[in-house]
Amino acid sequence: MKLIITAENLAKQYRIGTRQEYSLRDVLAETLSAPIQRLRRRTNGNTIWALKNINFKIAQGEVVGIVGRNGAGKSTLLKVLSRITEPTRGCVKLYGRVGSLLEVGTGFHPELTGRENIFLNGAILGMTRREISRKFDEIVSFAEIERFIETPVKHYSSGMYTRLAFAVAAHLEPEILLVDEVLAVGDASFQKKCLGKMSEIAGEGRTVLFVSHNMAAVSQLCTRAMLVADGQIQRAGPTQEVVAEYFKAGSEGAGETIWEDPKRAPGNDRIRLHAIRILCKGTVTSEVDIDQEVSVEVDFWNYEPGARNLCVSINLQNATGITVLSTANTPAANLLQDEEWFDRSHEAGLFRSTCTLPANFLNDGVYYITAHVLSLGPVTIEAEAAQVLCFNVLDTGAMREAGVGSKWDGVVRVRLPWRTSLLQPLNGNSARRDGR
Amino acid sequence: MDGKSNRILLAAFIAQSPIDIAYHTAEMGTTSSKSVGTLKPAVSNSAYAQPTQQPVSPDASSDFRQPLVVIEPRRTIDWADVREVWVYRELLYFLVWRDLKVRYKQTAVGVAWVVLQPILTTLIFSVFLGKLARVPSDGFPYAIFVFAGLLPWTFLSGAIHSSGNSLVGSAHLITKVYFPRILIPLAAVGARLFDFLISFAVLVGMMVIYRVAPTVNLLMLLPLIVLVTLLTLAIGLLASATNVRYRDVGVLLPVLVQLWMFASPVIYPLTLVPQRWKTLFALNPLVGIITGFRSAVLGLKFEWTPIAVSAVITIVLSALAVIMFRRMERFFADIV
Repeated sequence: MKLIITAENLAKQYRIGTRQEYSLRDVLAETLSAPIQRLRRRTNGNTIWALKNINFKIAQGEVVGIVGRNGAGKSTLLKVLSRITEPTRGCVKLYGRVGSLLEVGTGFHPELTGRENIFLNGAILGMTRREISRKFDEIVSFAEIERFIETPVKHYSSGMYTRLAFAVAAHLEPEILLVDEVLAVGDASFQKKCLGKMSEIAGEGRTVLFVSHNMAAVSQLCTRAMLVADGQIQRAGPTQEVVAEYFKAGSEGAGETIWEDPKRAPGNDRIRLHAIRILCKGTVTSEVDIDQEVSVEVDFWNYEPGARNLCVSINLQNATGITVLSTANTPAANLLQDEEWFDRSHEAGLFRSTCTLPANFLNDGVYYITAHVLSLGPVTIEAEAAQVLCFNVLDTGAMREAGVGSKWDGVVRVRLPWRTSLLQPLNGNSARRDGR
Repeated sequence: MDGKSNRILLAAFIAQSPIDIAYHTAEMGTTSSKSVGTLKPAVSNSAYAQPTQQPVSPDASSDFRQPLVVIEPRRTIDWADVREVWVYRELLYFLVWRDLKVRYKQTAVGVAWVVLQPILTTLIFSVFLGKLARVPSDGFPYAIFVFAGLLPWTFLSGAIHSSGNSLVGSAHLITKVYFPRILIPLAAVGARLFDFLISFAVLVGMMVIYRVAPTVNLLMLLPLIVLVTLLTLAIGLLASATNVRYRDVGVLLPVLVQLWMFASPVIYPLTLVPQRWKTLFALNPLVGIITGFRSAVLGLKFEWTPIAVSAVITIVLSALAVIMFRRMERFFADIV
């Protein structure tokens, strides 16, 4: 294996504080009136280390995920690697042409036509003119905008715009590809197309660094991952281990996330999430027995007296990124007919919705929970916590002993009624069957 | 298979002179991408054809150890920076092309503005200064006199304005993708340079109308154009870089430029300047350029001292600007 990226002692320092918006007058005033104060401020260190002591090596052809909470330093790391910003200390060696996709459509100009933007955007991403001309037709057909290629992109629908932007980016073919969460844009089918293209790129032996919050996508695409926390690499290793660590680090206790400060909780002025937890046999846990019911509790604050049609929904994704199920407490989707609150006007206060997943239903493995609080009517997402918790369904052995090796295939693993009867014995008297 | 082909190609390129590395790798994308995902024969072609053309030692892949890009804190300029600008020359072309395309989209007369604008300005100055204020013009019709000065001036002021704001206006690029940042102010000046050259057509027209015979002095225009371009670039680089941190520059710039116009013999002849101010005046690098332009167009004797002063100041300023820009560009993405 050839190394293609090595990073040594990488560190990045930012200056922070009240003086974000410097203007010349401030500086002049400061320099003239209080040079000593200014000196002191400097040495006092109104600074923050966004990255510190980052070391890693990546071999050619690896697809590595960079995961971490907001503000952990993932994006800074990606910016340093893509040379957008310079490190304060340390050094990175790149042994190949780098393409970075921190967003799609960088440099698109609304007044220019689709054709003109393809060339401009391609050049900005680092393609040569010859390269772009050669891939031009491919890009246009990938974006499905043949008819509008001579139209200024300001007249494009947002879907066309995004498709064109991604099409150009998808045809960038460097040896090292750095990708930020550009895939978070667009609808589900577009995201699927993007993910497909990503795994295609990975399959071609190119090296990919993929920064994402989407644990399912990371698990699906990456062989290795790095968990960034507080500007440092907290853990690096096989994706599953790192992802497990990510959830362990993020939850207050295993199997529970609580937002103590409503201001920082997901939501808006009407709704804020308070907590999400997983319960098995009455205790909060992230490890559940395969033959036990699992309850998911979603606690949320309602601040608007008289709110109606509030709806809590959760969905589960497995480690391969497949959405196993999505469910909500609407009357139509609710097994219990006597749900108390859905239709009623909610007073201001803390509410709890609990969903129970049946025992012997999920296969063993890791599941990620995404929770939403919606208001229906026109469907509005009031609060969203994407992949906020994960839990591990453990095979306790009851079904394993039944004799089918170690793991059952399939997304779900349901105990279903089976009946077997003898249709026809091979020899001897068949009278009984004939007489039937 | 593709990875292997890339590696062999890369090794082959690195075996060549180090100066060519960056250039060849940029081109290499073209070669390697041909092999990706389309046709199998292309893969084997690019993978094996190259080593036969380029004799590479069997263990060539160990040369792969030499990194293409090293990211580390740097303050100085070296040849790698120059080389990189060269590698990105196509992007410079596209940025200039974009500026030109966009500027005249949705205008009624389009590119004709490049010609109309200096004509209108000349008209205004001729009426107000030549006819009403009766500013002397060294014995030539005021219109052609002022036009010869306005020609470099319009370029300089326009280019300083657009390059000074270019980095701040390109924040979305600077924070999202890497390329040598210097290309942004460079492209802004480049687009104005294009206008500048077009407006020479107007000059020819005016010389015909006012019956100014062309002389050998016109040859001097070329070095003067280089000089004024360099001066503009230097100021544009300094202004754009400081404008990233101190937006005050963007506000102050038009005022200063306006002031500079009155401190330079654009709309009046140098003979109008009182003797005691002459020395101070000579330190203004624009004096040499503007009087030089005028002498070249009108066939007058060149005054070499201000031109020499202008050249020296311009070269010093350019070097300073490039160094300053390099030092400041490291923070652009963080503070823009």
